[in-house]
Amino acid sequence: MKDTIEIRWHGRGGQGAKTAALLLADVAFKTGKYVQGFPEYGPERMGAPITAYNRISNKAITVHSNIYEPDYVVVVDESLLDSIDVTKGLNPEGAVIINSMRSKEEIEKHLHGYTGAVYTVNAKEISIKALGKNYPNSPMLAATVAVSKVMEREEFLTEMKASFQHKFAKKPEVIDGNMMALELAFEQANQNRAQ
Amino acid sequence: MAIRERLSGNEAVAYAIKQINPDVMPAFPITPSTEIPQYVANYIANGEIDTEFIHVESEHSAMSATIGASAAGARAITATSSCGMALMWEELYVAASNRLPIVLALVNRALSGPININADHSDSMGARDTGWIQIYAESNQEVYDNFIQAFPIAEDKRVHLPVMVCQDGFITSHGVENILLAEDIEVQKFVGGYEPEHYLLNASEKMAIGPYAVSNYYMETKRAQRQAMVNAREVILEVAARFEKMTGRKYSFFEEYQMEDAEYAVVIIGSAAGTCKAAIDEIRSTTGKKVGLIKIRVFRPFPEEEIAKALSKVKAVAIMDRSEMFAATSGPLGAEVRAALYQARMAPEVVNYFYGLGGRDITVSDFKTVYRNLETIAKTHIVTDMYEYIGLRREQKEV
Repeated sequence: MKDTIEIRWHGRGGQGAKTAALLLADVAFKTGKYVQGFPEYGPERMGAPITAYNRISNKAITVHSNIYEPDYVVVVDESLLDSIDVTKGLNPEGAVIINSMRSKEEIEKHLHGYTGAVYTVNAKEISIKALGKNYPNSPMLAATVAVSKVMEREEFLTEMKASFQHKFAKKPEVIDGNMMALELAFEQANQNRAQ
Repeated sequence: MAIRERLSGNEAVAYAIKQINPDVMPAFPITPSTEIPQYVANYIANGEIDTEFIHVESEHSAMSATIGASAAGARAITATSSCGMALMWEELYVAASNRLPIVLALVNRALSGPININADHSDSMGARDTGWIQIYAESNQEVYDNFIQAFPIAEDKRVHLPVMVCQDGFITSHGVENILLAEDIEVQKFVGGYEPEHYLLNASEKMAIGPYAVSNYYMETKRAQRQAMVNAREVILEVAARFEKMTGRKYSFFEEYQMEDAEYAVVIIGSAAGTCKAAIDEIRSTTGKKVGLIKIRVFRPFPEEEIAKALSKVKAVAIMDRSEMFAATSGPLGAEVRAALYQARMAPEVVNYFYGLGGRDITVSDFKTVYRNLETIAKTHIVTDMYEYIGLRREQKEV
């Protein structure tokens, strides 16, 4: 693994892309890494395109700029593919991970000739199955960990469970569903890799 | 034992406030500093601290109430950004000239217009003449460390001045990074209890604070204020030495990064210094070129002699300002550093660049260009684009 893995998140305001980036920083921190998780703020409103970033490293990180040449790109809302060149600057050795029910082949047409790996994760279906509601960020977080391998599966799931237990201390009934969403997405990303 | 954590800059400041448990915090919300009073209000609601939180209807009132509390003898703080501090303007001068050891958590944000919520230093740089001590941070760690050091500096009897603890809006305030926290007991011992010397609620010493001063007296108060700012120099270094004993982290007026043998130097303030460091590491390891950085931590009082000394061996310097002052010449940092060089009878080649206004990003690659420019200027002794704006959408030459 490179010293520093850089990840860029694309989503729409209200979908939790920023929260997912902060959660990823959180779990990576707990596995002993140096981390950064930060949003890029424009005029905030529901539905507006937003970007968030992660740096995860074995060394202290001093850079405070946005990320222009990421190793991984995560797209929480595929409708952004029409208006944003999500793979701009993306490392061809890395991957783009897209929340979509469409096939990889269909998605690739919208990626401006990106030659690296493409993963699709049906986060909506997973979320509805596990939680009964469409919260795409948790599945996308799990898929990102699966694809980028910034940490081991068990390590990730253990830390996420602890986070959920803390976050949902007053609603423990949603913890199992959230964990299921993570596991399903992890599995789907790994199946994608095998194909 | 230090506590390994990951916090945003705003969380780090709020955490420091919790550890210090000040007496009074009047505050009015404004992006990107809003989270600080929000987190503090949570600590108070949870009974973790007993700070008196005062809800006010504007920033002018926030600073007025902070002044009132401090004058009464309380340890008082507030937090704000940008237009919020602009609305405190009149009161900033009152706080400093009344010699009140207030600490203000400033999350730097551009002033309007156009309306913009992102980082630049136009708010604090505009307030550089108000009589406040100004301390800036590169990272979440530094803003936490600076905030803890602010009280012993402000409250020192040789100083008695308010301190503005600045960090870059969103870049550090909303970015989560690793941080080492000191234990509560350590912080409390370091900051100590507050025992004001003279205060309004002291029944045995009747006094007035902030009365009218006729021309026969006004100027003496300014001279005394100036002396306090001069005294702040040694106090800032003493407090930093004590802080280093507690944490092992070393602070001074500025940080010198790879300056020992540097031929080309950048002078900068705030979070972009970290990005510049990454550029320096890359340039040095790939080309061996002698590039370095001076990161200003304390802008008020200004460390004039020390900066001139640190730049005494360089061939060319880029002073980088994150705010305009529309002199149609230098920016605020550019003017100060040049004055320091002049006073020391030194004349390296100097350029004064503007960057990062309204949150415009600055990258490792931008800094590499800056160092390339410095090399060319040092070789040719021809300075073109003395006041260039870095990272414009389209290059614009001065005519």
